[in-house]
Amino acid sequence: MIELNEIQKRILREVADLHKVSVGAFNIRSDGQSLGRTSTANIEIVPKDAGSGLDIYIKPGTKNESVHIPVVLTKSGYTEVVYNDFHIGEGADVVIVAGCGIDNCGNLDSRHDGIHRFYVGKGAKVKYVEKHYGSGDGKGKRILNPETEVYMEEDSQAELEMVQIKGVDDTVRTTKAELGANASLVVRERLMTHGEQKAVSKYVIDLNGEGSSADVVSRSVARDDSYQKFDAVINGNTACSGHTECDAIIMDRGRILAVPGLEANSVDAALVHEAAIGKIAGDQIIKLMTLGLTESEAEEQIINGFLK
Amino acid sequence: MLRLENISFEVKDEESKEIIHDISLTVPDDKLVVITGPNGGGKSTLAKLIAGIEKPTSGKIFLDDEDITDLSITERAKRGIGFAFQQPVRFKGIQVFDLIQLAKGEKISIGDACAYLSAVGLCARDYINREVNASLSGGELKRIEIATVLAKASRLSIFDEPEAGIDLWSFQNLIEVFEGMRKNIHGSSIMIISHQERILNIADDIIVLKDGSLAAHGSRDEILPTLMGTSSAVMECKMVNSVLGGGEQ
Repeated sequence: MIELNEIQKRILREVADLHKVSVGAFNIRSDGQSLGRTSTANIEIVPKDAGSGLDIYIKPGTKNESVHIPVVLTKSGYTEVVYNDFHIGEGADVVIVAGCGIDNCGNLDSRHDGIHRFYVGKGAKVKYVEKHYGSGDGKGKRILNPETEVYMEEDSQAELEMVQIKGVDDTVRTTKAELGANASLVVRERLMTHGEQKAVSKYVIDLNGEGSSADVVSRSVARDDSYQKFDAVINGNTACSGHTECDAIIMDRGRILAVPGLEANSVDAALVHEAAIGKIAGDQIIKLMTLGLTESEAEEQIINGFLK
Repeated sequence: MLRLENISFEVKDEESKEIIHDISLTVPDDKLVVITGPNGGGKSTLAKLIAGIEKPTSGKIFLDDEDITDLSITERAKRGIGFAFQQPVRFKGIQVFDLIQLAKGEKISIGDACAYLSAVGLCARDYINREVNASLSGGELKRIEIATVLAKASRLSIFDEPEAGIDLWSFQNLIEVFEGMRKNIHGSSIMIISHQERILNIADDIIVLKDGSLAAHGSRDEILPTLMGTSSAVMECKMVNSVLGGGEQ
């Protein structure tokens, strides 16, 4: 039985919806140590040398199984770089839940750079859920720099759901993907920054296989004095379709830069970029006020819905 | 009961313009009142003044003898004023269920929310989890808007041109919705801004606004005959013509 303290439990709840110990394959990492690890018949979790990460092997044809690999940082000043590689066998259909929470009550910066590489086999299907969360009232920054790389073989499908709503001071999120024939990638990003936070989200997606498609939608809210940059590049190298969308709400003195980047290297590539940045529409607030909400309650409801 | 005393409303742009001029009127309990009159006559502005979305330049507004002139939209809503927008607002991410629950002001079950959707002629199961966004048609949004006002259960419910932007088939349903509300009006009142003869036909009282002033106010039997054939009482066939022709009524 794994002993968790209250801070660890709270963070695990936030990032992985885990209350005690997960079912299925899992690894819980806290301040550089593995607190517990379980493999299943179809999913094998193997630590890399010197605690630098994990190799996760999912057997071909594995269906309806999940992998949880949450990370918790509670020591002020602790920094780490972790490599996790997911090898998803042909025809598998799995859910992977990763997430990192930092609780920093001290004055030194805490930082976790997680590099996740997905090798998605032929015809395999993966749903990846990543939640990031920061807490603690120390002056030290909570820094997360996730890198996600997705290598997709033909007919594979990947859905990435990446959420960062609270408490992370500084983040550079990098997502790279290379798609084979008929592979399909869907990305749903939700981001909220407040205070003086800075968040950069970069995508480079190469549509290399005929019939491949990518759909990247980012919804974000920048409050107070925070800053966000959304930089999405799709390279259409064959007959393929790509779509990126940045839909953002700015509040207070928040700032957002959206940089569209579409490169069509084939006459059969169909690429679309959409970006909309603006404050909450006045008539949305008025409508909710006519239902009896105050102005700030109305704003909260609108943002909650937008980031749902 | 709603009472307006000498309400005027001016807009100050480059030159000031009076949109509403010295209107006094009463909407008693248990009555369905329809406000009609030519376009640009100030009907929607008057509704917004009552809901608190605009503030009058002069005059007083009373709800049940309480002066609400200086109260915010929120405070008026809490005291029992409901308002259905002419052009319903869209929300990304907020689902139909969420909006109805917000309108009700308390946690409700899916079944409760469905009852309000069924009341406005929507098959509840198909809509309850839909987002209130651009994927809904004008008519669907309009009915959801009305469902929120039903859920709010107001002392005074105001509907700003419920027929605008919906097709004739939806309009038939809408009339039934208002007839139903009329039956259960007890202890509250309803104000509908409309040009439609069929809506005027279910009114207890009719108010005619013209050029920002009260042109007529009386019982339906008194006022309706004077309006027939004018733009203030449009028959459904004219509604069809205007849709086909794309022009204004």
